[in-house]
Amino acid sequence: MTDTASPTETAPRFDAAAIRDQFPILGTRSHGKPLTFLDSAASAQKPQAVIDAVAETYAFQYANVHRGVYELSERTSAAFEAVRGKARGLINAAHDNEIVFTSGATEGINLVAQSWGRANLGPGDEVLITEMEHHSNIVPWQLLRDEMGITLKVAPFDDHGVLIMEAFEKLLSERTKLVSVTQISNALGTVLPVREITAMAHAAGALVLVDGAQGVPHLAIDVRALDCDFYTFSGHKLYGPSGTGVLYGKADLLAHMPPWKGGGDMITSVTFEKTEFAAPPMRFEAGTPNIAGIIGMGAAMDWVAGLDQGGLAAHEDDLLAYGAACLSEIPGLRIIGTAPDKAAVISFVLNYAHPHDIGTVLDNQGVAVRTGHHCAQPVMEHFDVAATVRASFGAYSSRDDIDALVNALEIVRELLG
Amino acid sequence: MSDLRELYQEVILDHYRSPRNFGHHQPSNREAKGNNPLCGDKFTVYALVEDGMVKDISFEGRGCAISTASASLMTELLKGQTEQNAQAMFERFRGVVTGEQDQRLDDGLDKLNVLAGVRGYPMRVKCATLAWHTLKAALNQTDETVVTE
Ligand SMILES: Cc1ncc(COP(=O)(O)O)c(C=O)c1O
Repeated sequence: MTDTASPTETAPRFDAAAIRDQFPILGTRSHGKPLTFLDSAASAQKPQAVIDAVAETYAFQYANVHRGVYELSERTSAAFEAVRGKARGLINAAHDNEIVFTSGATEGINLVAQSWGRANLGPGDEVLITEMEHHSNIVPWQLLRDEMGITLKVAPFDDHGVLIMEAFEKLLSERTKLVSVTQISNALGTVLPVREITAMAHAAGALVLVDGAQGVPHLAIDVRALDCDFYTFSGHKLYGPSGTGVLYGKADLLAHMPPWKGGGDMITSVTFEKTEFAAPPMRFEAGTPNIAGIIGMGAAMDWVAGLDQGGLAAHEDDLLAYGAACLSEIPGLRIIGTAPDKAAVISFVLNYAHPHDIGTVLDNQGVAVRTGHHCAQPVMEHFDVAATVRASFGAYSSRDDIDALVNALEIVRELLG
Repeated sequence: MSDLRELYQEVILDHYRSPRNFGHHQPSNREAKGNNPLCGDKFTVYALVEDGMVKDISFEGRGCAISTASASLMTELLKGQTEQNAQAMFERFRGVVTGEQDQRLDDGLDKLNVLAGVRGYPMRVKCATLAWHTLKAALNQTDETVVTE
């Protein structure tokens, strides 16, 4: 994907401009310059449809869910519950009750760790992750390790940022109870072969949790084809509101998992002696949820479903190829993460300037990129850098954004080179 | 770009590329580590304190231009000061980079005015003060790693 396009080639016909127009924030300015937003992997911007859905919820259709007998509460509950069906469709789950609403991917992983993990893991059991996980797929397992004496194993990647499958396979054993892997690395852009990983893990008797925080915005997801046991993602990276997300779990697994948070909405009856817990997904959704946010996430899923999927994928591939081609012509620039199968992320360093200084200069030109360790410090350590600059793309990104980045990097060279 | 030029003045770039008192080559009796998790910058500051005097300071680690230049300038300016003076200088320097203090620094601290440009970049104030916070921790003998975020 990355090695075919050159900066002079013309872009495919995908109409990113019409998509872009639906994002009000992309028409704003930063430091007096038109905003060039290249930080979608951290959080995507929101289309008008999502902004409207949230605003209309608060304006016309808002009450607590699942609690009132009055019409307004019923309408709100219906709009809220309808999002389960949208999420099921998005990832091709079998049943709506396999969709647990969360505050994001982080909460989804913690839910699996605290509910399934505490109930099913014990001293000596192993959880296998990879070296390219986001901190949110490292720390929850370390907490369990320190508490329950489980062992955390880490499968390494090579210098392109590709997971070394032989090493991964060697780390699997009958002690492995769970394999928890990201589908796309947020720091490197690497797409992991999660289907193959799942098959290998299942063969070893382990369950599989896929962190789809970066996967969902860029890939077509079919959890039944992947056959993963859990899949989690965040609404805000999929053009939806922050504080929203989904944990998918196979119905028979969820059915046998204990609650992990206690409160309202997750019970069928409570006395001081005994509480009967609700069935999934409600068992895992204690307390008043992010009602307008979840409804907004549903609007985002509708919005994404309305895009020409083939065109979108081709558009993002083009941006990646164009971006890599343009950036690799810049003297002193090194791209970190050069896996053949990559998505929507270009991390890089310059040999004469620190990412933080680069970020400040780019910001001054209206170019928003992420600089830092991207919540993936082990990845930084692998490449022996403290931080990288990361440009990442969404459906609304364009070659103009990359040109703006390249021009701003020229100013970095003038100032710091 | 003009305010960027002010932020990245030649003096700053010079101290970034060739930091002074870099590396732990001299005897010391105080040290502390500091890091800025936001950008991954990490410094260790070493000091030799005798009779209430900061006789020597050095630092090592890696950071951005702002944090490295600030650390380098700090070691130059605070060497030979009393501990009390060093603390007071930090307060004055902090006032300048946060913008709380509008006046330019004088009497020996005027070299630090090159860093006044960071006040336009609130996210970068932490870079400019990282080594100073770390030195303060070293002087106060607190063992905890200093974290600025
Ligand atoms: C790969 C990956 N996993 C997990 C997360 C955590 O997502 P959230 O902060 O939305 O819970 C992120 C977000 O940065 C991510 O990129």
